[in-house]
Amino acid sequence: MSELAWLDGALSAARPQALGALLRYFRDLDRAEEAFQEACLRALKHWPQNGPPRDPAAWLILVGRNAALDEVRRRSSEEPLPADELISDLDDAEAALAERLDNSHYRDDVLRLLFICCHPDLPVTQQIGLALRIVSGLSVKEIARAFLVSESAMEQRITRAKRRIAAADVPYETPGAVERAERLATVAAMIYLLFNEGYSASGGDAHIRVPLCEEAIRLARLLLTLFSAEPEIMGLTALLLLQHARAPARLDAEGEIVLLEDQDRGAWDRAMLAEGLVLVEKALRHRRPGPYQLQAAIAAVHARAARPEHTDWAEIERLYALLETLQPSPVVTLNRSVAVAKVQGPAAALAMIEPLAARLSGYFHFFGVKGALLRELGRADEARIAFDRAIALANTAAEAAHIRLHLDRLSEDHAAEGGLESSR
Amino acid sequence: MLYAILCYHDEAAVGALTKEEDDALMAELALVRRQLEDKLGPVARLMPTTAATTVRAGAEPLVIDGPFAETKEQLLGFYVIDCATLEDAIEATRLLLAPRMAAGLMSTLEVRPIAVFHPGRGGA
Repeated sequence: MSELAWLDGALSAARPQALGALLRYFRDLDRAEEAFQEACLRALKHWPQNGPPRDPAAWLILVGRNAALDEVRRRSSEEPLPADELISDLDDAEAALAERLDNSHYRDDVLRLLFICCHPDLPVTQQIGLALRIVSGLSVKEIARAFLVSESAMEQRITRAKRRIAAADVPYETPGAVERAERLATVAAMIYLLFNEGYSASGGDAHIRVPLCEEAIRLARLLLTLFSAEPEIMGLTALLLLQHARAPARLDAEGEIVLLEDQDRGAWDRAMLAEGLVLVEKALRHRRPGPYQLQAAIAAVHARAARPEHTDWAEIERLYALLETLQPSPVVTLNRSVAVAKVQGPAAALAMIEPLAARLSGYFHFFGVKGALLRELGRADEARIAFDRAIALANTAAEAAHIRLHLDRLSEDHAAEGGLESSR
Repeated sequence: MLYAILCYHDEAAVGALTKEEDDALMAELALVRRQLEDKLGPVARLMPTTAATTVRAGAEPLVIDGPFAETKEQLLGFYVIDCATLEDAIEATRLLLAPRMAAGLMSTLEVRPIAVFHPGRGGA
């Protein structure tokens, strides 16, 4: 690590707050970004000499704002503002401002910054790309690499997204409680999608893109720092941590998917699991269950089972049933059926998912689950049809390879039966 | 004399380290710990403040999500306790808070899960 690594770290850590405040001030994303860039350049000049200021974000906001104002004044040839050497730290004059920058403003500034990336007109990939660029401060190159697209394609995607939001109406007033809750939910959904983009890459070869997952966790933690009493944000953070903790065991040496029950649980990241479990506990104390909390609670049941056969499937089934009432969706029912198969057997599970066929006719996992249930019931021919359909719908090579494994097992079942017959 | 060494960091900056960078830092610190092993007592790395819960003195002690955030109080001590659930830890914290309240102190105790713990043998 270079000697000035701390500087990089401090600048990127302060970025969401500083940029969020500058956006509120300038009400223009490009101007806010320019001001932030300028402030960072000045920080690179002054911080190594003077050490970092006590509140880096506040320093960057003041200097960024001054630099932009300076520019305006230079154009109108007026007196410049005091040089930023003088703002080596916050003294009395800035104390009041720092006070105002504190807490509530920071919260809404960062939330707004994230929220404008979630404009409903933007396709999900653009929302995520924009959030990574603007809020996380990743370079276009880094984002392009994470999405496995060319740099110019990503550049174009982000420019187009920025143009869209520049034309959109962004509310700058401090949001009311209802609006704040809506923004929080929208942003949480975007973070979740960002994580999923990394967790089950929707195309390409890499099945897990760790940087996207880590960035999603960082954003979730940021949100939780700002909204520390929101059980759903605790749930979201916990869910991401608990899922990402399993990443080291999710793929085998050949890059093929290892199912939860076959994973080496010793390879799970214990620190991440522990943090996720604490957050689930914290969230559940509020007794205000929500979809993220329930999904996190389900992940927690898996995390607590030292061996797959210790898994409390009845509890998982109960949690899915609750999730189904809160957020009815065929995918939730499909997931619930997996728990039902463990508790009541494959026939009950199959009966549960059959009505979903029409709505999930293009869904890879539906045919994967259906094939596995049919195989368990000894209906090999139907299982084969389901698995073939799953392969046709697979999003990644790893998904397809996993289903082929099932097909191989199916053939083995068949061979075993055939052997039985011929020995008779 | 026993000393406590308290570690302060910008949590966002620590959180921005990659897994590789964090692992490298921990490896370096493990070397220093070995160098100090005759003197060093328990070492703990705490989880992020987002995992914290705070119990504040009051007629009915208040349980608040998040870390202790005021600046007018000072850190005067700490406990390490082994509990099966957060609920148990909060219950223990209430017990530890009660004598302080009885003495007229408006204390606040923060319950922060420990991520990594090395018991050590210094000070034993």
